[in-house]
Amino acid sequence: MASPAASTTGIGARIPRRELKRLLAGHGRYIDDIRLSRMLHAYFVRSPHPHAKLVSIDVQRASRAPGVAGVLTAVEINPRCEPFVGVALHRAGHRSAPQRLFAAERAVWQGQPAAIVLADSRAEAEDAAELVEIEWQPLPVVADQFQAIAPGAPVIHHGMPDNLAFDFTLEQGEPAKAFAEADVVIEEELRFERQMAMTLEPRGLIADFNPSDGSLTVIHAHQSPFQMQEIFANYLGIPEHKVRVVAPDIGGGFGLKLNVHCDEIATVVASVIFGRPVKFCVDRLESFVSDAQARDHRIKCRIGCKRTGEITAMEIDDIGAVGAYGMPMRFNVAEGMMAVVMTGAPYLFNSYKARTRSVYVNKNLIGMYRGVGMPLACIVGELLTDLAAHELGIDTVEFKRRNYRPKSTLPCVTPGGQRLETVSFHECLERLVGLMDYDKLRREQRELRERGIHRGIGIGTFCEQTAYGPPYYGPSGAAISTQDGCTLRLEPSGSVRCLTSLTDQGQGTLTAVAQIVAETLGIPVDDVSVAGNDSAISTYGGGAWASRGTAVGGEAALRASTILKENILSLASAITQTPADELSLANGQVINSKTGLSVISLAEVGRIGYFRQDTLPKDFDVQLSVNASFVANDKPYYMANGVQASYVEVDTDTGFIRLLGQWAVDDCGRVVNPLLVDEQVRGGTVQGIGAVLFEECIYSEDANLLNGTMADYLVPMAYEMPDIVVSHVETPETSTRLGAKGIGEAGLIGAMGAVWVAVNDALRPLGARITHQPFTPERVLDALARAKLR
Amino acid sequence: MKARNFRYVRPASLQEAYRMLAEAGGEAVPIAGGQSLLAGLNMRLSSPKVLVDIGNLAELTGQSYADGMVRLGALTRHRDLLSSAIVRAHLPLLAEAAPHIGHIAIRNRGTIGGSLAYADPAAELPACAVALGATLVLGSAKGERQVKAEDFFKGLFETDLRAGELIVEVKFPEVPTGTSTGFAELSRRHGDFALVGVAALAILRAGDIESARIVYFGCVDRARVAVSVSAALSGVAVPLEDASPYAAAIRNDVKPDDTPGLRADTKLHMATVLTRRVLNSMVE
Amino acid sequence: MGDVELIGDEEVEVVATLNGKPLKRRAKARQHLADFLRQELELTGTHLGCEHGICGACTVLIDGRTARGCLTLTAQISGKSVETIEGLSDNGRLAELQQEFIARNAAQCGFCSSGMLLTAYELVQGGEKLSRSEIREHISGNMCRCTGYHAIVDAIEAVLAKGLR
Ligand SMILES: Cc1cc2nc3c(=O)[nH]c(=O)nc-3n(C[C@H](O)[C@H](O)[C@H](O)COP(=O)(O)OP(=O)(O)OC[C@H]3O[C@@H](n4cnc5c(N)ncnc54)[C@H](O)[C@@H]3O)c2cc1C
Ligand code: FES
Ligand code: FES
Repeated sequence: MASPAASTTGIGARIPRRELKRLLAGHGRYIDDIRLSRMLHAYFVRSPHPHAKLVSIDVQRASRAPGVAGVLTAVEINPRCEPFVGVALHRAGHRSAPQRLFAAERAVWQGQPAAIVLADSRAEAEDAAELVEIEWQPLPVVADQFQAIAPGAPVIHHGMPDNLAFDFTLEQGEPAKAFAEADVVIEEELRFERQMAMTLEPRGLIADFNPSDGSLTVIHAHQSPFQMQEIFANYLGIPEHKVRVVAPDIGGGFGLKLNVHCDEIATVVASVIFGRPVKFCVDRLESFVSDAQARDHRIKCRIGCKRTGEITAMEIDDIGAVGAYGMPMRFNVAEGMMAVVMTGAPYLFNSYKARTRSVYVNKNLIGMYRGVGMPLACIVGELLTDLAAHELGIDTVEFKRRNYRPKSTLPCVTPGGQRLETVSFHECLERLVGLMDYDKLRREQRELRERGIHRGIGIGTFCEQTAYGPPYYGPSGAAISTQDGCTLRLEPSGSVRCLTSLTDQGQGTLTAVAQIVAETLGIPVDDVSVAGNDSAISTYGGGAWASRGTAVGGEAALRASTILKENILSLASAITQTPADELSLANGQVINSKTGLSVISLAEVGRIGYFRQDTLPKDFDVQLSVNASFVANDKPYYMANGVQASYVEVDTDTGFIRLLGQWAVDDCGRVVNPLLVDEQVRGGTVQGIGAVLFEECIYSEDANLLNGTMADYLVPMAYEMPDIVVSHVETPETSTRLGAKGIGEAGLIGAMGAVWVAVNDALRPLGARITHQPFTPERVLDALARAKLR
Repeated sequence: MKARNFRYVRPASLQEAYRMLAEAGGEAVPIAGGQSLLAGLNMRLSSPKVLVDIGNLAELTGQSYADGMVRLGALTRHRDLLSSAIVRAHLPLLAEAAPHIGHIAIRNRGTIGGSLAYADPAAELPACAVALGATLVLGSAKGERQVKAEDFFKGLFETDLRAGELIVEVKFPEVPTGTSTGFAELSRRHGDFALVGVAALAILRAGDIESARIVYFGCVDRARVAVSVSAALSGVAVPLEDASPYAAAIRNDVKPDDTPGLRADTKLHMATVLTRRVLNSMVE
Repeated sequence: MGDVELIGDEEVEVVATLNGKPLKRRAKARQHLADFLRQELELTGTHLGCEHGICGACTVLIDGRTARGCLTLTAQISGKSVETIEGLSDNGRLAELQQEFIARNAAQCGFCSSGMLLTAYELVQGGEKLSRSEIREHISGNMCRCTGYHAIVDAIEAVLAKGLR
């Protein structure tokens, strides 16, 4: 492979994302921009209560409202779809009640659908929904995790003994002894409120069932068309080859659009019942009560250290409130599991004890959202080590230098069971320290403290499991493919068409794939067109999730283009009577490697290959369309890593926190296109800052959402965000030819750890500690007030 | 969500607007910039039957200054507060407050009449109008009347406006020489409604506050003069080291409630901090 | 008008200028401008992210100034001139912004981009030299969930710098 720097359009080049010109001209085609003939618009009537008995439902008046085609309830909808049981088979003891699409006798979360109104326009559907008469009888509510496991708590699902979904423990080494022998033990309780993925474009789909041939096409703003093809086929009983799921342009995914939402499935059922296309585009208010949410954890954690600075043990005890059901296919125990297996992964220590419990509460389902449990692990590890370093009188950077796992110990398996092979903690840290001028900032911090200005520096080190493989998902029983595929076709003109199983919500993976193909085939990147997003026409694959696109789909593209290259060279060899091993590809030409001169153009190869096979030897087999799939059978993930730093100022009078600087260094292996990766990291970083400082679904004590508008749920906007310096260390993954790992979640994970530590660093001289996310002004003030009392 | 159905009418003159409002008999609502009204309609929080678009009525536009009085037509946009030479020269408090109102696109459309009529307790302009001792000119088919800003705001989103009545203009007495104005607010993000804000007028002599007129927003149910605080501050030396001695007076005036994510006692604390900051900023 | 009976969709006549061309249409009274553009005129470059004024995805220009398409009734544009991303694309300062956005990857999913570009356009029309913080303040009403805003600020800064030369 050519060295990254050598190429201006291939691997390593900073070329702009190819879809941008179209998107920036307003020519994107997002789900709500698409209109089919005879299309109906759906709107859902939902439970206004977190837990209530559905006493009666009357849709008569609504059905007669202007423009209404019909109103369907659980009676019509539920029998059409097999119940979902969101249980991961390989997680012993994991259980969930079966989930039906609509509330029938009871609603168990606020926002659970009870009826669907279908009308000629969305406005008319909403008008009619106001006429659906439902009598609800509120029932006692389980609002949080501690309430859920308290003795005598109401049990949400009849037939389950209690509200426990999953209980997992892990012990390595001798934690009890190691804590007993530690000179310093630091213990904390952390709390993470619920939040949302909040893609700017809400969820949406158009289901189009054709009653005459029994085929189903779903245009679905979804990250994994293949996953949904499988669900629509198996749960609705449609032969799989008659189901096609196509993703349009998507206005952001971040994991939200990977989940299985029952209102989306019900939209498809409605299309089957009516034999007409049905569009359902979630609006913002609905997104608050219907989108899968994220986080909602309480974590107890501690660390033990020797005077000399080494870590003797860590312990984490997590309890997550995962909503009313297990998330189908994607399993909401994942956050807790990732938190416990990844805590402390960058550090050398042997004794570890961990527990995670998932419990059901009367709230929206927890689903996939960027980072899943990895930010929790990062925060636990970084906060504890920072506090310990300070307690020991060791500068936090020095502590990391001493305690990070050095290259010499690799490959290794961490106490949490994580296999580390090509991680680069020390290199990343040294790069970061240089970029931010750490020592200067520390000096500035000290000087300003004397003037009553409270600034803090925080460093967030993380590992990121990227691009999960079959050992990770396979045993769960979910039909989630971790492979990706690529089909390539040389066109007669010498350009190349590429069809990938990937989807792209803005990450730029389709551009990266084009770069890989172009480089391998020696053609300009503009001569490669890439299409993806369609479950019917490409090779089977996963789509976009868990930072996998370039690592897995890119590798498939590399393998397919290598095959196509061989085929082109063998054809060129037959045409020009030159041995194939003397030929190579460059600048759209087949080159004689010895002379460096062109022997034939790709266009000529294409012309002969498609139209003048009569000039070739009788049994010469022309194959100018090729296909490759890739998955690493034995790899659960490719482990990426990185480190971030935050510089913050806390106004101790008002509790307001200001970000002054942010630096991010990551190692995602080979960087195919740094231009795309940089802003991807920054975008993740801003989401991470948002999570720590702003984002929170605020619930009343009886589980009513109190801030379900965008005016009240605060996302990070430009003014409060800092400039973000990004840099890359490249340690290629050794098991693939491409060497890329994932990057999609790195920004968020590292930023959350860095901001948590930085704010606590700023509060340290005041004796205060904040451990309840988000760090609102009130929580900062409360932390300061508690410190004063102490 | 999509708004419920309504009828839209656009009067050509102020008199026609009055007539349309009167005829609809309480079922009509005026729309000016629409920046508060439409958000509520889209969320189906309200359902007026008729919208009377007053947004193009020339009678409601314009800014002027004469005889110590600034007059701002009800359709004065928030952005005009930033660009108007009259406002800058005579009402620096409004110019200081305006950048905090939403974002550029909101300020391009939103009007002072709309803001005062909407009477959001977290809004900047009602507080400034009360602090500055403004008078509202209200008109209807029955004629015009004038109401002092401090009498206009009756409660949470409640005003003295009667059915069929419009704010025509707002009259601001010029701030006398020797009186300084100050403004400060805390909002989570730039352009958000304030958690807590203060608009203040004060006469400062030789390092002392001779008299003060303080109006809080964000932590109150409506814009009104904080009488206890204003009184307690008279004779106090500035800059203030600490405003906590006035916390009781502040509590007396603002009486905040708990709201999601923010307790009343936190609002009080913030109001106390801002009181100090705003007074000290006026000394500099 | 005393007792108002509302059956079906009320309609109003709209006479305005859209992207430089005269527009005369009947529109639903309750339809906001963004829906009118998207549904009636199939100008789908104006997006909807919240429909309550917060996100800025629906930004259009009315008489040259940014406005929320979701907080403007279609009827309110009568007598005014409206410009959308479709009308302004590929010309003048907007084209410069588009180029800089592309060159710096100042968009990912692109859902915020129409609104962000028009908001930036209003700013660069002013032609003043601005700090990064002032640029951030100007775009503070436009949410982007994908980028870190940094590249957007870079792109606007670059266009402003060109204008100053
Ligand atoms: C994202 C966002 C952020 C915002 N942030 C802020 C903020 O930080 N601070 C702030 O103060 N405001 C904020 N606003 C609200 C904004 O200032 C509004 O413009 C203002 O509150 C209402 O003005 P309007 O002209 O748009 O009124 P409209 O929305 O047209 O009307 C509002 C109400 O006033 C009535 N009304 C309007 N004009 C008159 C009149 N002349 N006489 C009688 N009644 C009338 C209407 O019937 C309606 O009930 C924000 C709005 C948005 C969407
Ligand atoms: S859609 Fe108009 S501001 Fe969000
Ligand atoms: S690019 Fe996706 S929201 Fe901005």
